[in-house]
Amino acid sequence: MSTPLNKLPIQAVINGEPKMFLAAPGQVLADVLRDELELIGTKIGCNTGDCGACSVLVNDRLVCSCLVLAAEVEGQSVQTIEGIADGAVLHPVQQKLLEHGGLQCGVCTPGVVVAAKALLDSNPNPTEEEARYWLAGNLCRCTGYDKIIHAVLDAAEAIREGAAS
Amino acid sequence: MNAKQEFKIVGTRPIRPDGLDKVTGRARYGADLNMQGQIYGHILRSPHAHANIKSIDCSKALAMEGVLAVMTGEDLAEPGNTVLGSGEGAIALKDLIPMVMSQGKVLFHAQAVAAVAATTTALAAEAAAAIEVVYEVLPAVTDMHEALADSAPILHSDRFPDGKSKEPTNLAAAITMQVGEPDAAFERADVIVERTYSVPMCHQGYIEPHACVVRVDAAKRVDLWCCTQGHFTVRQYTAAVTGISLGNIRVTPSEIGGGFGGKTTVYLEPIAVILAQKSGRPVKIVMDRGDVFRTTGPAPGATTRVKLGATKEGRLVAADVECLMDSGAYNGNPAGIPAFMATACYKLTDARSSGRSVYTNKPKIHAYRAPSMPQVTLAFELVMNEVAAELKVDPLEFRLNNAVEEGDVNMMGAPYKRIGLRECLEAARSHPHYQSSVADGAGRGIAAGYWINAGMQSSATLNVSPDGSVSLLTGSPDIGGSRASMAIMGAEVLGIPIESIYPQVVATDAVGHCDVTGGSRTTLATGQAVIQAADELVAELCRRVALEWDVPEDEVMWSDGAAHHGEKSLSFKDLASRASAMGGPLTVSSSLNSTSASPGFGVHICDAEVDKETGRTTITRYTVIQDAGKAIHPTYVEGQMQGGAAQGIGWALNEEYVYNDQGVLENAGFLDYRIPVASDLPFIDTVIVEVPNPLHPYGVKGVGEVPIVPPMPAVAQAVFDSGNIRVMDLPLNPAKVAAAIIEGP
Repeated sequence: MSTPLNKLPIQAVINGEPKMFLAAPGQVLADVLRDELELIGTKIGCNTGDCGACSVLVNDRLVCSCLVLAAEVEGQSVQTIEGIADGAVLHPVQQKLLEHGGLQCGVCTPGVVVAAKALLDSNPNPTEEEARYWLAGNLCRCTGYDKIIHAVLDAAEAIREGAAS
Repeated sequence: MNAKQEFKIVGTRPIRPDGLDKVTGRARYGADLNMQGQIYGHILRSPHAHANIKSIDCSKALAMEGVLAVMTGEDLAEPGNTVLGSGEGAIALKDLIPMVMSQGKVLFHAQAVAAVAATTTALAAEAAAAIEVVYEVLPAVTDMHEALADSAPILHSDRFPDGKSKEPTNLAAAITMQVGEPDAAFERADVIVERTYSVPMCHQGYIEPHACVVRVDAAKRVDLWCCTQGHFTVRQYTAAVTGISLGNIRVTPSEIGGGFGGKTTVYLEPIAVILAQKSGRPVKIVMDRGDVFRTTGPAPGATTRVKLGATKEGRLVAADVECLMDSGAYNGNPAGIPAFMATACYKLTDARSSGRSVYTNKPKIHAYRAPSMPQVTLAFELVMNEVAAELKVDPLEFRLNNAVEEGDVNMMGAPYKRIGLRECLEAARSHPHYQSSVADGAGRGIAAGYWINAGMQSSATLNVSPDGSVSLLTGSPDIGGSRASMAIMGAEVLGIPIESIYPQVVATDAVGHCDVTGGSRTTLATGQAVIQAADELVAELCRRVALEWDVPEDEVMWSDGAAHHGEKSLSFKDLASRASAMGGPLTVSSSLNSTSASPGFGVHICDAEVDKETGRTTITRYTVIQDAGKAIHPTYVEGQMQGGAAQGIGWALNEEYVYNDQGVLENAGFLDYRIPVASDLPFIDTVIVEVPNPLHPYGVKGVGEVPIVPPMPAVAQAVFDSGNIRVMDLPLNPAKVAAAIIEGP
């Protein structure tokens, strides 16, 4: 090899499971998730933090995983699209996106799901405007956002009703 | 043929069959597949917008440890004068190959020059940088008007639009259509308005960058996985560009993360094939977002002059349209559409329309949703509004007075069948949005739009399993929910629950030929193949039942998922489970070259507010009305209408390619090329009008493309209406709108 192997061992909790992996110092979390951990649900649309397709939660904080170094998640908890559903039970955001047809090509959908979950975790009763501004970092070229916003507001209602019952 | 009118499943809104994989992250897109032992390709791109390549030396790159192959344009086919016929029109190899990789000459910045394959992506990038290219740099021209000046650098010294050799220019093509005597007809007009509007070059803006991975074995058999709107087209183009025979290439389509016309060609695929062949290893290439903007798509910028004449009774009497379009570095054939279709919405017996396209040092343009139609419609519909205003008639009434209907003939000469423009205009007129008053300080615009829609070749296969489930195979990549509509149509014919149908998009060797998912054709034409296959399956089931019961075949009736004769019946499930005893496996394939396409029409209503200090425009209310013929899955028809409208709004307000004087794209990323985000848009109301297409068994008309046609004039009219703000050169970004406010009307 022309360059010596220079990787850091990282330990993190990924979707609730403790994981160990190796990451180069400059390698971003999105690449590690996809290439090392085979979590291909995290999409890369731009690699510059502009499109939101690679959205994940690090310690419940919404981030673009293309802007986070893999080494930064040492000792942290990472939740990706693969960890949003509870086994076979979909998160209300996932279910409502299906019911409203809030996806067409679907490549932005994982990022939208993760971002919307983060919104509803922190704000269970968002206004339309709050939902639109929260999701302004998730580009969708297919839908015009109409059915996505309807789905998110409907999911919020479902969660509130579930919590009340 | 009369379209079926009564439906049980068509028109309902089941959850799409591919939805679960997409909301849980399991769906596999272009970059999501890895092959065992794969290495990675990296493309070296030109730093110049116009240059002759004097030499390329790959020896240093190839000598690097871990570099397994290099290639240049010399490894690709010699284009000669070969023209590839394909679904959406022909393309010359000399216009296709250089968009994959240059051969001796560079005509736009970031054009591919060479490529390497190495064991890691970092090493591949490092090796590509070690390739030594000597350029003779030439002056570049990126503005299409400047490209027509005598002093402009010439891109192609060997191309002449009329085929006659003379002094070369950058004119790529010119076409003029005329009906009647427009010049004389203008004499009869009481009102004449003439305006010129410009639209910038823009990008399709799909969120998924191009990606592929390919294996080539020792017998030159190619196994290619990629994101595409048409894997049969990828196979055809890849064969032509690499010289590998068609039969040796198998293309499997991944899920596709948007395309809008931009993924109906090849960029990376032939490069990956050559590198895989040379290295003996699978090669994966994923395009960088910046390169997506710099080297794929885009849609042509255009300048359109429209002159319309009308009588004081509100009749259009003459039209004269002249559209200049930017083709980019090679011939993307944008000029025919304005010539043929500019006037398509209105009864005009005296009209002339011409289109010209120009070579510039920018990437060759490619299809983007109703290609070329939004650009010319911007000018046409805004002039329609001005004529209506001068006549003091309501702009919708003016359009209703002149709207084409069944039997009318447009520039292309064939009379319209049953079309729905009038119904859309009437629905707009009675819509609460149009009935409402415009808010103080806001403005309202309306515009109509047309798209021809395509039919083309499609195939479908139905394989019935013993448990009564049906795998439904097509070769039409599902870009916006078409698997759901295929399953609906199959279930409608067979009379079985939609849940027992498993629609799939399969590889080139697993189903009959399908042209691209484009031209608003998939639900129409591939759907027709599904209906046809299901009809044949029903006929086969009835034959089997007739044999079993020893009754005449034509007395066996199929309804509600079962064969009936008198009191007796046999269900689809029973027939499936007993297939082996009743004649063997139940499998049916059906193919067609659909001639059932019918044009689509839509009408949009836009309310907008303009911040008079900053020039920022906010869309406050938006309604899309469109004739779908018959909406198979209304949710996804609405989705097309909303998504197309959003793209058109983005083009109207923000999106444009910005080149510097070196011919370098300055906004090659989503930060600076700003597509609409969720907070930019209101809810987009939709009205699906259903005027059944008499040529299609279920009355379907294509819906995907029309919705991008009316937004630019609807938005521009709303901005104008909010305070006499006239911008002739889109986009209506804050700087231009603020300048127009300062300048005054």
